Amino acid sequence: MKRIIVVGNGMVGYKFCERLCDRAAGVQVIVYGEEPRPAYDRVHLSRFFGGAGAPDLQMAPASWYEEHGIRLHTGELVTEIDRAGKTIRTHSGLTERYDYLVLATGSSAFVPAIEGVERGGVFVYRTIEDLIQIRDYAAKVSRGAVMGGGLLGLEAAKALVDLGLETHVIEFAPRLMPRQIDDAGSRILAERLSQMGIGIHTGKNTRRIAGNGTLEALEFADGSRLGIEMLVISAGIRPRDELAKESGLEVHPRGGIVVNENLKTSDENIFAIGEAVSHNNMVYGLVAPGYEMADIVAAQIAGTASKTFQGFDMSTKLKMLGVDVGSFGDAFGDTPGSQPIVFENRRNGIYKRINISADGKHLLGGILIGDASQYGLLHQMAVGKMKLPSAPESLIVGGGETVGIGEVPDDAQICSCENITKGEVVNQIREKGARTIDEIKKNTKACTGCGGCAPMVTDILKVSLEGLGIRVKKTLCEHFDYTRQELYDIIRVKGVKDYETLLDTHGKGDGCEVCKPAVASLLASIWNEVILSQATIQDTNDRFLANIQRGGTYSVVPRVAGGEITPEKLIALGRIAREYNLYTKITGGQRIDLFGARVDQLPEIWEALIAEGFESGHAYGKALRTIKSCVGSTWCRYGVQDSVSFAIFIEERYKGLRAPHKIKGAVSGCIRECAEAQSKDFGLIATEKGWNIYVCGNGGSRPQHAKLLVADVDTETCVRLIDRFLMFYIRTADPLTRTATWLNKMEGGVEYLYDVIVNDSLGIGGQLEAEMKERIANYECEWKKVVETPALRGQFRHFANDDGQDDTLSFVEMRGQKCPADWDKK
Amino acid sequence: MNSIDMMLQEAANDPAGTAPSAREEIRTWFRAAPVAAFPENGGACIRYKNLQVAVFNFSRRKEWYACQNLCPHKKQMALSRGLIGSAGDEPKVACPFHKRTFSLRSGGCLNAAEESISVFPVKVHDGYVYIGFRD
Repeated sequence: MKRIIVVGNGMVGYKFCERLCDRAAGVQVIVYGEEPRPAYDRVHLSRFFGGAGAPDLQMAPASWYEEHGIRLHTGELVTEIDRAGKTIRTHSGLTERYDYLVLATGSSAFVPAIEGVERGGVFVYRTIEDLIQIRDYAAKVSRGAVMGGGLLGLEAAKALVDLGLETHVIEFAPRLMPRQIDDAGSRILAERLSQMGIGIHTGKNTRRIAGNGTLEALEFADGSRLGIEMLVISAGIRPRDELAKESGLEVHPRGGIVVNENLKTSDENIFAIGEAVSHNNMVYGLVAPGYEMADIVAAQIAGTASKTFQGFDMSTKLKMLGVDVGSFGDAFGDTPGSQPIVFENRRNGIYKRINISADGKHLLGGILIGDASQYGLLHQMAVGKMKLPSAPESLIVGGGETVGIGEVPDDAQICSCENITKGEVVNQIREKGARTIDEIKKNTKACTGCGGCAPMVTDILKVSLEGLGIRVKKTLCEHFDYTRQELYDIIRVKGVKDYETLLDTHGKGDGCEVCKPAVASLLASIWNEVILSQATIQDTNDRFLANIQRGGTYSVVPRVAGGEITPEKLIALGRIAREYNLYTKITGGQRIDLFGARVDQLPEIWEALIAEGFESGHAYGKALRTIKSCVGSTWCRYGVQDSVSFAIFIEERYKGLRAPHKIKGAVSGCIRECAEAQSKDFGLIATEKGWNIYVCGNGGSRPQHAKLLVADVDTETCVRLIDRFLMFYIRTADPLTRTATWLNKMEGGVEYLYDVIVNDSLGIGGQLEAEMKERIANYECEWKKVVETPALRGQFRHFANDDGQDDTLSFVEMRGQKCPADWDKK
Repeated sequence: MNSIDMMLQEAANDPAGTAPSAREEIRTWFRAAPVAAFPENGGACIRYKNLQVAVFNFSRRKEWYACQNLCPHKKQMALSRGLIGSAGDEPKVACPFHKRTFSLRSGGCLNAAEESISVFPVKVHDGYVYIGFRD
């Protein structure tokens, strides 16, 4: 068994262990860390003062190392490497043999040689031990300063603010964060920090740390003086390369263990990673490149190496004392010919700069202060060399699409997103020769925003074409020369179970975003099998069994049949939402929507929900959604029937039923109609004698009252008629047609529907009921299936080649909950 | 991978010869993931350095395509989750947000006046999918 010794148990050393455990079996890993505790999150050290304890900062508890077969020695400093004998020796005399040695010795704080630096009250900011000392000392004083206005310095300043000190920041360079932001950006940042009461002193060369016994003041080269009682030095890092140097490994003259692109030192069997390393004359003082190095070395040792270290993009986005700071790509516009576009709003403390390439085609880099919500997008545009919009300033100023050219409509507005009138669409068809929805979309942009006008545009197209004498067959799309109803029969009669077979036998081409979900819906309506076995033909929400929302996260809606929920389940929902930091809102369908889940979190969240007895609410599907109810006769003094019990029964009966569009229902316990059943696809209103059934109502953009199908039926008849009604709709409606529209287009209207459903004029009543029975018998909770099936669970990840998360997601806080960053700004 | 393998693979992948013509500019063939990581007739997102790339397995056509994961319309990282298909012979992807569709050959938007997307060449060798980049 190969023995791997890791020297150093900081963030990067820990990450190496984690990555190696993921990749390699049959290796023995031994870790030596000089600090008394296992690796912790050094990046967020100031949280220690914000109330986080040492355990909160831990990367993993000591038990993690045990569970993964890793022997961890804390408080043990490696002092010697015998490269010939391949052994190490520690300060307490332990020796151990290695096959590979990984040096993750990190860095120490750079302390400049200033007179008085040895005084009491002068600290560095690096370890939890440093923090404990700072905290204890701060309790006795009231004025402190941080030397160093870089990334770490400002982090240290936050610590002093949290400790309740009057805080000053001293920077030698003429601006704050000199490596990340420019003068103008620094000015804005300094103003924001000054407003918080932090003293900012840039361009200050500290000559002497003065005092008599205790610290009294800093004296600067320009003769000025700042009275303080304690000082935290955070003026940069020095790689910890002394062990490597003493062992004869090559070390860079300016510090850092020299490594090649495989992170190998000058010794074949010794790797080095993290801040201790000098690669291509660069020392990387950020954690992300260190993690990348850890991953590369783990892969090499596991024998699965596929990449080398090619330097690292030092782009960064963080919050400095609550102020967003982003810096990416060529932040200073050093590329020859680059042109900056700058937006500055000193009133709000916002500064944005983007650097455009000389040819105006690409984004090179930029700086964002005060509002870094567009960081993800802009960074991607720079890294990916994507084409810029013709007016690149729109990326940082205002934003969003411009509303159409503002022609005064001569008829009703049909597309409110794009402000398009019916006259314009008709003109496209009559004068410009448009013959398909796609042509109209492309020429007018109608239907391309929210999509809410698509059915109306479709109707305008149909009527206009008919007016021109052009025959219209409502085939699905260019790939299928059949209507939905024809395909329903083909699938059912020929027993087709999958999309590819249908396309092979009855279609042509490769399919598209119209026919794939339409056929998926048909297959689900007819066979009611778990849809994720054909994930790639499902529409957006069905593919991940959740509702995609702005920003690319998903929302989760468990079923709460009839809107009735126990306190225990409510608590469970709240607990799970809090655990995953989800935005919660009560829906119009009497249930609770949990927003903001990443795709990779969905199976975990559902596992937790299922463990509490929840199941899928199918809020993502063209399927039965909810049956809304009022409390009915059990509580209400007016109620004449138990509407809640009946609503729950109905919802349980039809849950998961897939249809051409979503279906909503409601049950009201009396004629007061508190459940608003007459606005639903089917609604039941209690009478003294039984139930009135209303059908084909709709809310939405064109509200429509439901029509009374039949009055005063008993419960059993009521259920039978709804079975027939729903199945008839599923069999005959066009794709994405709600019941209201379906009825509006039905020849003979509600009288015909009454004939088919109640009088069974087509003689298909029994068949419809039998088909419904099959569907109900086939129900299973899709999410339960996914949670229990590793292959399906595996589909829920953002990257196919990386377990990471989508780091472009961006959130803001609103009324105490998280929300996605603005659509147009992201 | 030797050069003959590559040429054969490219020829198989690009019968019409319409993939990005500046083939000689490709300096990195990034080994993205095994073929099995990509669903048949569907897509997945991969990370190359800090770039998100949507990779599509058109198994019906025995072709592969790749493009930026960002939809230029509302700037969402979503194209890899989109439905793929064809318009005539043109391979395309539809953004799951608002169904903007883009050609995977030219990167042009097919149903709206939208910015084009970047497309990248793909090849398959020894069960692995490689994406070509110019850097």
